[in-house]
Amino acid sequence: MITADIATALPEVVLAGFAIAGLMYGAFGGQDRVAGRLLWATAGLFVALAVWLGLIDSGRQIAFGGMYIDDAFARFAKITILLSAAAVLVMGQPYLQRRDLMRFEYPVLITLSVIGMMMMVSAGDLMALYMGLELQSLALYVIAALRRDSAKSTEAGLKYFVLGALSSGILLYGASLTYGFAGTTLFSGILAGVTEGPMPLGLLFGLVFLIAGLAFKVSAVPFHMWTPDVYEGSPTPVTAFFATAPKVAAMALLARLVHDAFGHAAGDWGQVIGLLAVASMFVGAIAAIGQRDIKRLMAYSSIAHMGFALLGLAAGTEAGVQAMLIYMAIYVTMNIGTFAFILSMERDGRPVSDIAALNGLAKIDPMRALALLVLMFSLAGVPPMVGFFGKFYVLQAAVDAGLTWLALAGVVASVIGAFYYLRIVYFLYFGEEGAGLDATMPAVQWGFLMASAVAMLVGVVNLFGIETLAAVAAQTLVH
Amino acid sequence: MESIILFAPLVGALICGFGWRMMGEQAGQVIATALLFFSALLSWVVFLGFDGETRQIELLRWIQSGSLDTFWAIRLDRLTATMMIVITSVSALVHLYSFGYMAHDENWKSGEHYKARFFAYLSFFTFAMLMLVTADNLVQMFFGWEGVGVASYLLIGFYYRKSSANAAAIKAFVVNRVGDFGFALGICALFFLTDSINFDVIFANGAQLSETSVRFLWADWNAANMIGVLLFIGAMGKSAQLILHTWLPDAMEGPTPVSALIHAATMVTAGVFLVCRMSPIFEFAPAATAFIVVLGATTAFFAATVGLVQNDIKRVIAYSTCSQLGYMFVAAGSGVYSVAMFHLLTHAFFKAMLFLGAGAVIHAMHHEQDMRNYGGLRHKIPLTFWAMMIGTLAITGVGIPLTHIGFAGFLSKDAVIESAFAGGSMYAFWMLVIAAAMTSFYSWRLMFLTFFGTPRGDKHTHDHAHDAPMTMLIPLGALALGAVFSGMVWYNSFFGDHARVMQFFGIETVAEMGADVAGHGATEAGHGTTDQATAEHAAAKPGVGAIYMGVDNHVLEDAHHVPTWVKVSPFVAMLGGLILSWVFYIARPDLPGRLAAQQRPLYLFLLNKWYFDEIYDAIFVRPAMALGRFFWKKGDGVVIDGTLNGVAMGVIPWLTRLAGRAQSGYLFHYAFAMVLGMALLITWMTLGGGAE
Repeated sequence: MITADIATALPEVVLAGFAIAGLMYGAFGGQDRVAGRLLWATAGLFVALAVWLGLIDSGRQIAFGGMYIDDAFARFAKITILLSAAAVLVMGQPYLQRRDLMRFEYPVLITLSVIGMMMMVSAGDLMALYMGLELQSLALYVIAALRRDSAKSTEAGLKYFVLGALSSGILLYGASLTYGFAGTTLFSGILAGVTEGPMPLGLLFGLVFLIAGLAFKVSAVPFHMWTPDVYEGSPTPVTAFFATAPKVAAMALLARLVHDAFGHAAGDWGQVIGLLAVASMFVGAIAAIGQRDIKRLMAYSSIAHMGFALLGLAAGTEAGVQAMLIYMAIYVTMNIGTFAFILSMERDGRPVSDIAALNGLAKIDPMRALALLVLMFSLAGVPPMVGFFGKFYVLQAAVDAGLTWLALAGVVASVIGAFYYLRIVYFLYFGEEGAGLDATMPAVQWGFLMASAVAMLVGVVNLFGIETLAAVAAQTLVH
Repeated sequence: MESIILFAPLVGALICGFGWRMMGEQAGQVIATALLFFSALLSWVVFLGFDGETRQIELLRWIQSGSLDTFWAIRLDRLTATMMIVITSVSALVHLYSFGYMAHDENWKSGEHYKARFFAYLSFFTFAMLMLVTADNLVQMFFGWEGVGVASYLLIGFYYRKSSANAAAIKAFVVNRVGDFGFALGICALFFLTDSINFDVIFANGAQLSETSVRFLWADWNAANMIGVLLFIGAMGKSAQLILHTWLPDAMEGPTPVSALIHAATMVTAGVFLVCRMSPIFEFAPAATAFIVVLGATTAFFAATVGLVQNDIKRVIAYSTCSQLGYMFVAAGSGVYSVAMFHLLTHAFFKAMLFLGAGAVIHAMHHEQDMRNYGGLRHKIPLTFWAMMIGTLAITGVGIPLTHIGFAGFLSKDAVIESAFAGGSMYAFWMLVIAAAMTSFYSWRLMFLTFFGTPRGDKHTHDHAHDAPMTMLIPLGALALGAVFSGMVWYNSFFGDHARVMQFFGIETVAEMGADVAGHGATEAGHGTTDQATAEHAAAKPGVGAIYMGVDNHVLEDAHHVPTWVKVSPFVAMLGGLILSWVFYIARPDLPGRLAAQQRPLYLFLLNKWYFDEIYDAIFVRPAMALGRFFWKKGDGVVIDGTLNGVAMGVIPWLTRLAGRAQSGYLFHYAFAMVLGMALLITWMTLGGGAE
């Protein structure tokens, strides 16, 4: 029995083994000198696992008495997580090297965090959910404070930790309420309990607390306050990581929780998530306008984008989940490209994150400016960039589910949000020439930037087939 | 061959319009003109060799959407063939004429290129007009209909530096929109009722439509009558009938060749063509045809009265055109479509010639258009004088009464008037006779003021007046042939000889039908014999020939047997007009001034065209402008711009500052926000959600 269980969860097991081995290798094999090697190996393993997950098609398998679920939905999310984590690792490497931040713990911590995320998206039980979430979060708290000698970085780590602890408490409280009223921590058990009659009040409260705890992870308003500070304070590669993989994991977990455990109460959680979605879209769009630092700007941008993804989820339908998955995949791709650019922002060899530094980049480095332009248009949701289609799917799902007003609010918010993306383009092409940026860029980052920008244009053809994959994934989740 | 006729002008327009920069203006002009002459030649071949049987030439599959299924096809019948020769011949001659007329235009600075553009527009117009007349379905026709509208707009506003030309172009376009709206509604109604836009299907449903009633706006209408009126509204716009006529006189702002081609010979007759083409519908719409007769007669009368007092040589002819179009509509409305087409054909020749002649006069007089400044030009420009003389003889209808010998207008106009009498409308008959008298008066007035008497204008101009170059005189000569002979040659085919008319238009007579049935066998034999009792020309089915005349429509027959005084009346009217005109402008030149002073209110009423423009200005233009200004200043400026600016520059930045302040950096603020959010969500859930 246990053999079969382990076989089902083999990718996580392999990663866990690798994390331990990597830690040993780093500690005894030459400390930070081997960090680069370890990083590349980690990224390579991530990609290999992603390919593996993509190739196996084992249908829906349950392990550890229902605590671990392996299905198309989980695999879709895991592949996205693994690939984005690998990309962020690789493109952050030159930055870390140059700033002397290349600790061998970094790839190990990222690996542990990724294991947590994979556990999250496969969770079939409140226990498994919490374990995965905490493993992920603890690793993230540490790498947020990776730059120990910087006050900002440590502040970011601490803030994240304290608020994360608070959200964990909320989540746990919700979990215990749910357990108290449902009598089980298994999602399937909770689902079976809900079917009879209206939902008990306690269970409803438990649901709201659980959603709130997860909303913190996806930085949905009003649980978003940590995001700008942490994004700004953390080293940029870490910020890039924050903005991508954990968001996917948390969003997928949220989807699994509300559909697997509370699938019969879609009307109840739909309005809560809808509220969070609208608040996130508007706060993200409006607050970003005042930002001068591009990392803070991207923090608000990600808040607004999470609002859109939540809008898909709020629809409570299969199409809504599909739209959410497509949106997340597109969002991650755009963010990788954008952060590849931000990683390369340097003046006289020192990193800058001031938006004003972008002034006149189009004259210094036209290719880079053009790529960023494409990405900004895509983030703003301007057709024919791929970003538009992400929004389109989400809005369509919302309208089909009768949430026309939410969809309208989303459109208004995206109009407001377009302002700050376009302002960046304005700086690039029409800004007064100031000190400017260095024209050089590490090849890896350049590659990711260009690939991402090209994907935004070429993806229009068929979204690289993501649509079908997301449809299959959504189908397995929503019965 | 038909598709060559159709597309040669388009090719010419494209080559000339886009290619002249490469090969020069002269080459572009020559190519466009040559292609049109070629097209005209082929048109004559088709017309003369045509046997009257309707043919459809499919060019391509066009629209396929639901039950709307239609081809892009040429419908070749007598109507089309007639229109084709009119269009291509006049157009080719006008192209040739334009070489001379447009050679040195004062509206352009030296070195500016305008000639190729002009020729391209002319050719494009010709293509669109051919598209209109060759259409095999209503939408295709509408395409051509709008195409000529665009070309007309471009050519009226050709001198785009003149604000009056621009205003005239816009006026023509807007007034035509009103008519086109009616036309479009008619097309929609036909599609709604017959589920097709193809002529064959529509024609077959004519009888059925007359028994259908449709709810439209506030009442139930007879479908055939309603469609007839809607289509006629479209025709009114294009053919400048009363109410929608105001654009035509202003359209004279365009270069004179344009006036000759578009606003006399071809485009304005599209409405007449439409009514004839849709004869299978109109035959079942008695109320609509009665309306057409009354409106046509009134237009003929109205335009003639206004023409009496105009001083601009082109405006006189413009009102004359308007008036003659009224004649055509009376014929069509009376049910004698062939006569309407006959007058259309002859009118195209003599009216184009009058315009081109007027153009030659204007050319000679350095773009002076006021007839009060002409006089005595007979000796200065003799060739132009003779051409204009022929045109005038034709339009006034000179011929030998009670025979079939005379100028083109004599035969066709008399046929119209006889048809009006036979049609039973005394109102129309008398209106047309009076209009004929006035036509004669103003046409001779034009001649006398321009070519006789003493020179009244600028002496220098008069001294330098000379006949136009050959490129302008040859078209005049060619059209003169048409103005003299076209009536006599085709009199029998269009009106005179009953059997010839039937055969000419490809209408199956009962006799032929019986023969057909016998040939096919006994199965349908009953068909022919039962109908044999009805009128001899009763058509078998609508849509077989070019035109359709209902079973009870004997007007064509009756028109041949009207009393003699009716047949002579137009001639008498013409003579009266001529004599009065001679008295007024040759014998006693002081009379007109005294009469005008004596009857000042009437004179001003006519001079100001019955105050139509002023009334429209007060009723439509000013309120529309006021409404537009209101929406612009208040609606757009204050409400929309104001709101957006307020939101974008006031509200959002304020919210941004607020959000910035909330992001204080203090941990406890953040935690507080989370707890607050929790409380909010729980409250929300308790109050509005499933917690019961």
